[in-house]
Amino acid sequence: MTFFLETLIGGLLAGTLYSLVAIGFVLIYKASGVFNFAQGAMLLFAALTFVSLQEQGVPFVLALLLTSVVMAIGALIIERAVLRPLVNRSQITLFMATLGLSFIIEGLAQGLMGAQVRALDLGIDDVPLFFGEIMVSQFDLVAAATAALLVIVLALLFNHTRIGVSLRAVADDTRAALSIGINLNRIWQIVWAVAGVVGLVAGLLWGARQGVQFSLSLVVLKALPVLIIGGFTSIGGAIVGGLIVGAAENLAEAYIGPLIGGGITPWFAYFLALIFLYIRPAGLFGERTIERV
Amino acid sequence: MTATSHPLSAAVDNAPVELVARHLPWPLLVLLATAFGVLPWLGNDYWLNAILIPFLVLSLAGLGLNLLTGYTGQTSVGAAGFMAVGAFATYSLLLRVPGLPLPLALLGGGLIAAAVGFLFGIPSSRIKGFYLMVTTLAAQFFLEWVFTKFPWFYNYSSSGTISAPRLELFGYSLASPVGRYLLVLSTVVLLTWVAVNLVRSQVGRNWMAIRDMDTAAAVIGIPVDRYKRLAFAVSSFYLGVAGALWAFAYLGTASAGSFDINRSFQILFIIIIGGMGSIAGNFVGAAFISLLPIFLNQAGQWLFGGHVDAGQLQNLQKIIFGALIITFLIKEPEGLIRLLDNLRERLRVWPLRF
Repeated sequence: MTFFLETLIGGLLAGTLYSLVAIGFVLIYKASGVFNFAQGAMLLFAALTFVSLQEQGVPFVLALLLTSVVMAIGALIIERAVLRPLVNRSQITLFMATLGLSFIIEGLAQGLMGAQVRALDLGIDDVPLFFGEIMVSQFDLVAAATAALLVIVLALLFNHTRIGVSLRAVADDTRAALSIGINLNRIWQIVWAVAGVVGLVAGLLWGARQGVQFSLSLVVLKALPVLIIGGFTSIGGAIVGGLIVGAAENLAEAYIGPLIGGGITPWFAYFLALIFLYIRPAGLFGERTIERV
Repeated sequence: MTATSHPLSAAVDNAPVELVARHLPWPLLVLLATAFGVLPWLGNDYWLNAILIPFLVLSLAGLGLNLLTGYTGQTSVGAAGFMAVGAFATYSLLLRVPGLPLPLALLGGGLIAAAVGFLFGIPSSRIKGFYLMVTTLAAQFFLEWVFTKFPWFYNYSSSGTISAPRLELFGYSLASPVGRYLLVLSTVVLLTWVAVNLVRSQVGRNWMAIRDMDTAAAVIGIPVDRYKRLAFAVSSFYLGVAGALWAFAYLGTASAGSFDINRSFQILFIIIIGGMGSIAGNFVGAAFISLLPIFLNQAGQWLFGGHVDAGQLQNLQKIIFGALIITFLIKEPEGLIRLLDNLRERLRVWPLRF
């Protein structure tokens, strides 16, 4: 029983990291209908920028701020050079454009800041904590708390600021939002910038875990099943989806893995997502679209 | 986002509806004669091995994916997984069925890949668009895992790799570059001919109807689910044959890692750059994808005289690649093949504009 609980809790905590990546997706998808494949590349870029700044001796908070500014500038450029010319194109086209975008960002990140693995120390001790008999990683706890904090900040931003309200208006009905004078391009810039900052937080936590390196950008693939389970349009769904995927992955590796040869984490989440899809084709919290001819 | 009702509507609309009798396609015949008769004797081994063979195999893979994504509108990012099935299945057939001729082994490998593709296509009846992409990603990662994890597939070799047991046809060895080139070329020509006719047939029309709007297709009485699964199977057949050729005619020795997700993306790029929903586009796209790195390498050598390290050059390559893809999507969403068509039209009426 202790082993089960430990595996479950470890999975749930790891799941919050998946949720963090997925939230970046949901933000952009809701506001601009773009499935942003470049989210992983943005994560890598942000983490690399942060580490490079820290290596230059820039203090933590300043580095965080500077990287956020860099991500915001990146968002401006992306909106101008990629999104605006592609407005009104099909979703698949936009998705493929973000595939291209991820190549550019990855190339830039590695070209400017090098391809070697960088260690990232956030000053969190990774000592195991014991609650009764159950061992929990302290780092995971801090990461989960950060994720929770980020979600609260985002919720406040969305519900209680002018920007947030217009953002939700755009997500609800783009045309209606345009007609009451909301500046769509501005909203896109803001959303991409916010997604960049969310990517920074996720990148730092992942980077502290496994080192800042190219494989960070592959986290994006891990976020897909999370999105599928939670639905593309719901932040709450992204969180629940992340928790489900994290827990299920850990449990499956521990209990099903030994039966069929182990190492099943690379694909298990996708199969889980498939099962969910079969039952609910638009995810747990996604909106069902009604098709008309 | 309001108009989420048809996420699959492709921007392409060039269905080959040509009811007039066609003339003999002379340029095509000349091209074929050159490819079969002249190139094997002109091209040196480097050209055959490093450029022509991969170009042809990638074209075939692009063709396979295009049938699924460009013609039927089902986006797949698992192309390389099905290529792996074809490669490993062909290997098993050649190894375990004594005396099986190579063409039959290739056919068998393709059919097994088609069966696997059919299986992974089943969810397409309920799942659409981005959600379907997850199915193909599941296929990609699952298949990669299977071919690494179970030694039976690579005959318990310690390195986990497979290599062609024998490449021969009617007693002639095909192991030389020219032999492998001719093997690949004949396969590609044959399968392309099949594909051209397939997309002009009722099957192809149904696929395009599903791509353009599957609800509407269902309303006019097309059995949508069955044709989607058929598209998965046919596409996987092509990819499977391409995978076997990639492993045995090009690489020589392959492992599951030769068919990773990056290969899938590469093939997706071929059809984006070449042209979705176009047969000839695959060849243009594959030529572009396989020549661009060589060109960039040469340009890098020439510009910097070898002072730039390979890593930076690769990063530069990535950036140029990404920028090109975005540029294409913005300027010419129908791909290079459309650009070539436009150019041909221009030349026809030159020097006038219309």
